[in-house]
Amino acid sequence: MIRILIICLIFFYPNKLLALIEVDITRGNLNPLPIAVSPLSIDENSRKNFEKILKKKNIGSEIAIIVEKNLKTSGLFNPLNKDAFLQAPDIANLKPRFEDWNLIKAQALITGKVNFVEEKLRVEFRLWDVLAGKEMMALAFTTVPNNWRRVGHIITDKVYERLTGEKGYFDTRIIYVAEEGPKTRRIKKLAIMDQDGANNKFLTLGNELVLTPRFNPTSQMVTYLSYFKNLPRVYLLDIETGMQEVVGDFPGMTFAPRFSPDGKKIIMSFAKDGNSDIYTMNLENRIVEKITNHPSIDTSPSYSPDGKYICFNSDRSGYQQIYIMKSDGSSVKRISFGNGLYGTPVWSPRGDLIAFTKLHKGKFYIGVMRTDGSGERLLTENFYQEAPSWSPNGRVLIFYRETETDDKGEGFSAKLWSIDLTGYNERLVNTPTDASDPSWSSLLSN
Amino acid sequence: MKLLFSCEKVIKRNIDQGAIMKLNKILKNAFLIIVACVALSACATTTKKSGQMQGDVYTGTDTVEYLASGVPDRVFFATNESVLTTASRETLRKQAAWLRKNSNITVVLEGHADERGTREYNLALGERRANAAKDYLMTYGISSDRISVLSYGKERPVDSGSNPLAWSKNRRSVTVKAN
Repeated sequence: MIRILIICLIFFYPNKLLALIEVDITRGNLNPLPIAVSPLSIDENSRKNFEKILKKKNIGSEIAIIVEKNLKTSGLFNPLNKDAFLQAPDIANLKPRFEDWNLIKAQALITGKVNFVEEKLRVEFRLWDVLAGKEMMALAFTTVPNNWRRVGHIITDKVYERLTGEKGYFDTRIIYVAEEGPKTRRIKKLAIMDQDGANNKFLTLGNELVLTPRFNPTSQMVTYLSYFKNLPRVYLLDIETGMQEVVGDFPGMTFAPRFSPDGKKIIMSFAKDGNSDIYTMNLENRIVEKITNHPSIDTSPSYSPDGKYICFNSDRSGYQQIYIMKSDGSSVKRISFGNGLYGTPVWSPRGDLIAFTKLHKGKFYIGVMRTDGSGERLLTENFYQEAPSWSPNGRVLIFYRETETDDKGEGFSAKLWSIDLTGYNERLVNTPTDASDPSWSSLLSN
Repeated sequence: MKLLFSCEKVIKRNIDQGAIMKLNKILKNAFLIIVACVALSACATTTKKSGQMQGDVYTGTDTVEYLASGVPDRVFFATNESVLTTASRETLRKQAAWLRKNSNITVVLEGHADERGTREYNLALGERRANAAKDYLMTYGISSDRISVLSYGKERPVDSGSNPLAWSKNRRSVTVKAN
């Protein structure tokens, strides 16, 4: 349904040997690249047609605004103010007058064109290197008009990839828990939105407590914990159809679910008689396997992207710490040895790092460490924050933060935040209600 | 409050004296620090008691409800712990006696954690706490088919405060009548 057809590539990337602009994303970027996003040009006839269908006056400008906002949020780019643009969008897309763009200090320029073609939206865009005076990329998409926001996200992904050398993360969604009501009687619902906060939708009604939704990396399936009928169990939900089912037949609480990287298994904890161990269930043949067998609490499991290893937290040492093991449960090894407690390990989609929550001296930190536990780096400190989830390119973490209440126990709120792996670019992610437990989807289009 | 205030004064005076006796020998200073520490810890215990906590276990009755006359419905735990305190065991013995007298009643033990932990670990911790209570009831002759266990982790605090006393009230296992 929401698939976009990339119909034709006009010209593919020109010769990479030319020294064109590049953006380094491995360091905190204190000098974001100045970029001009020209409104996409549109002929009067197409404009009127889209206005009728989408109730947007100028869809070309709207798409450009999405690209601009995405680029700004990434922290790597500095989109320039449109008022300073000298060249009209249609002419710029044919052949920019580079001196004009140079004058306003733009180093890169995005131009484009929107057409109404057989009831569909056709968008073409070009990325230009202003200093070198060269076209870096040109692409065109055709899709149903309702997908116009996704077109903006895909353009951003392509530009980001061309300029940084790494895949983008803009054509993605976030599933999370929407929260309302007093702290002692919170009402929680599953909710989903685009990465930029648009198209927010509630997936459950709030009749029962729901927690920790996580995306299947390969499809539009979600696994989460629901207190349906006051029995806390792991569920599967198909976002497209709304179909739900309980995962497995366990005589007690199952929780902390996550998918395996191939999307074929669910890994989770099962608690019985005061002991929580890690189990997997194969979604194809329903076979359940016990992975850990220890009288301590073993929970928050997460697979490595190749599926060969699992990281999890356990209090087998007396306190909550991070461990890794082979996916069959053998070779368990503790990797966190710093001061404090460590929880919620999540393996980066790039495979090289594990993100975690740390509690030390009454403060909560989101941090990352290498998979052998070395190179621990704390990215952010706060009164309460936890549960990081990686962007699909492994460059950004989204997590939630709760505020300290006042003397009367008031002023509680929970919000989503994101931060770059570099520790820079910390941002509040806007949600219509309070929010927690975010999980980032894979790229919707590849 | 008054007690706390005077305690602080005692410590302060000790420290002041320490500053004056800068030239004295190290040994003497060390002794003084010990004195100050003793004064401090004495002070800490008095304030904690007045705040209805022993160590960091809640000992008050603000949030407690009663299953029957003289039978409190809940027990409290130290941070990160699921060990039953002496007071908890006494409460659970009363619950066991009440359950023996009312053999048709079944109960749910609801285990909870405070907000100072990760959500998933707290779910496991709540389950462990409720099971500690369940095991104790069973040793006093209550059949396991009459007791079910439900963990809420940090999801259902009774006190919405962000302070040690509020957290101590929230680290609990509550026995709830199921029928």
